[in-house]
Amino acid sequence: MTKTTPSRREFLCALGGCAAAATAAGCSDLTHTSWFRSAFRELGDDEKKAIVADLEREHAVKYGKPVKVGTEGPLPDVEFGYALDISRCIGCRRCVYSCVDENNQSRDPQLHWIRVLEMDKEKGIDFAHANAYYEAEKVPRDGHFYLPVACQQCRNAPCVRACPVGATWMEKDGIVVIDYDWCIGCRCCMSACPYGARHFNYGEPHVPPEQLNPDTHYLGNRPRTKGVVEKCTFCIQRVRKGRYPACVEVCPVGARKFGNLLDPDSEVRYVLEHKRVYVLKAELNTRPKFFYFYGL
Amino acid sequence: MLAACGHEHGEARYPGVVKAALQSPGEKIEVPPPPFTEGAFPCSDCHDPSLPVNRERRKLEMAHQEIVLQHDEEHRWCLDCHSAENRDKLHLASGELVDFTESYRLCGQCHGDKHRDWRAGVHGRRIGQWNGHKSYLLCVHCHSSHAPKFEPKPPQPAPVRPEALGRGVVR
Ligand code: SF4
Repeated sequence: MTKTTPSRREFLCALGGCAAAATAAGCSDLTHTSWFRSAFRELGDDEKKAIVADLEREHAVKYGKPVKVGTEGPLPDVEFGYALDISRCIGCRRCVYSCVDENNQSRDPQLHWIRVLEMDKEKGIDFAHANAYYEAEKVPRDGHFYLPVACQQCRNAPCVRACPVGATWMEKDGIVVIDYDWCIGCRCCMSACPYGARHFNYGEPHVPPEQLNPDTHYLGNRPRTKGVVEKCTFCIQRVRKGRYPACVEVCPVGARKFGNLLDPDSEVRYVLEHKRVYVLKAELNTRPKFFYFYGL
Repeated sequence: MLAACGHEHGEARYPGVVKAALQSPGEKIEVPPPPFTEGAFPCSDCHDPSLPVNRERRKLEMAHQEIVLQHDEEHRWCLDCHSAENRDKLHLASGELVDFTESYRLCGQCHGDKHRDWRAGVHGRRIGQWNGHKSYLLCVHCHSSHAPKFEPKPPQPAPVRPEALGRGVVR
């Protein structure tokens, strides 16, 4: 940190002095760790432990049950990739709601990381005429196909470059993550993302305590606050422990495939090598790690 | 199957798949128990092996009336898949008997491309770890063998429109 770019700590100190800020009335519920610390990426293990312990305490009080906040790091020799079979997706939205449950998205105001777009078979992939709000007694509807969209986990992620404070970055295993405690809520990343994959907490997020998934990750599904941006993390809390993302497991037609792009025997590699595959808006050179394919 | 059709050319085209098949030559793929109708298995409980077999293609009137065959029904009939000699088994075109737990071998005779993708974990659903132990589902866990086409299903609710969330703007 050079003198010309003061750290957050220095900035806050300059505002009123460290001691004063920490003890000022009305700020007494601000834990030391959440305010006077470096960005998550720069933390040592001990600092991480202290921060996570604080968070776990806060969440346990708020939700009335133990909440685990994990900090598992990337696994060696792993780069995650995802493949979705659009010839099979029936647009049932099971993935949308399993994602909400797994990742503690706000129920009210409603916030969804996955958006299922209904498109006309005649028009092909055409975002201008896509409809995410389709209502139907049964799906798939005649003449339509379905294209679920969430974070495309770009290698060349415009959102990461747009963030003025470095609150979002790509991890070694390829997952683009957000440090919610570092996000200043400016929404630059949202306007940079060409997929509409980032979502802002305009209101105080609400998750009923009995529905809160207590198995969380610091960079993933831990409870968020008003004023921060969030998005799909490939279920970082699951996949770093070897599990499949929740949407992969729930999809009733098996349209969703997930695995290690560096492993030649993985399911995603099989898809890339044997199927017709494409990425959304390839012309933007975002280089997604989320692939769509025709399995039929 | 894959081995029977010669792996030399297969290996060149689909290295991953054939490798998976070669790692366990002839070994059964781990699957949960087949989804039998309750009380239906073993079939020989009713189909007493000592009784004569009526092989004629006909409308079933004494049992199994609920089965409406919608699976190439013009050309297919119970005994194309079910063995008349051993009621508790299925049979391949070659006459080889297979257990219900290996029914994918029977399906794979016609649906070779799906069978190939399924072995690679790409057709259908898998349960387990992306980097560890996985188990497969049988074709019949998702598809009814007698009417395999999926029925349409009700979708879950549409998202609330942004206007209704009080933001007043469309994303
Ligand atoms: S659960 Fe599967 S079939 Fe249903 S909308 Fe999601 S991807 Fe499509």
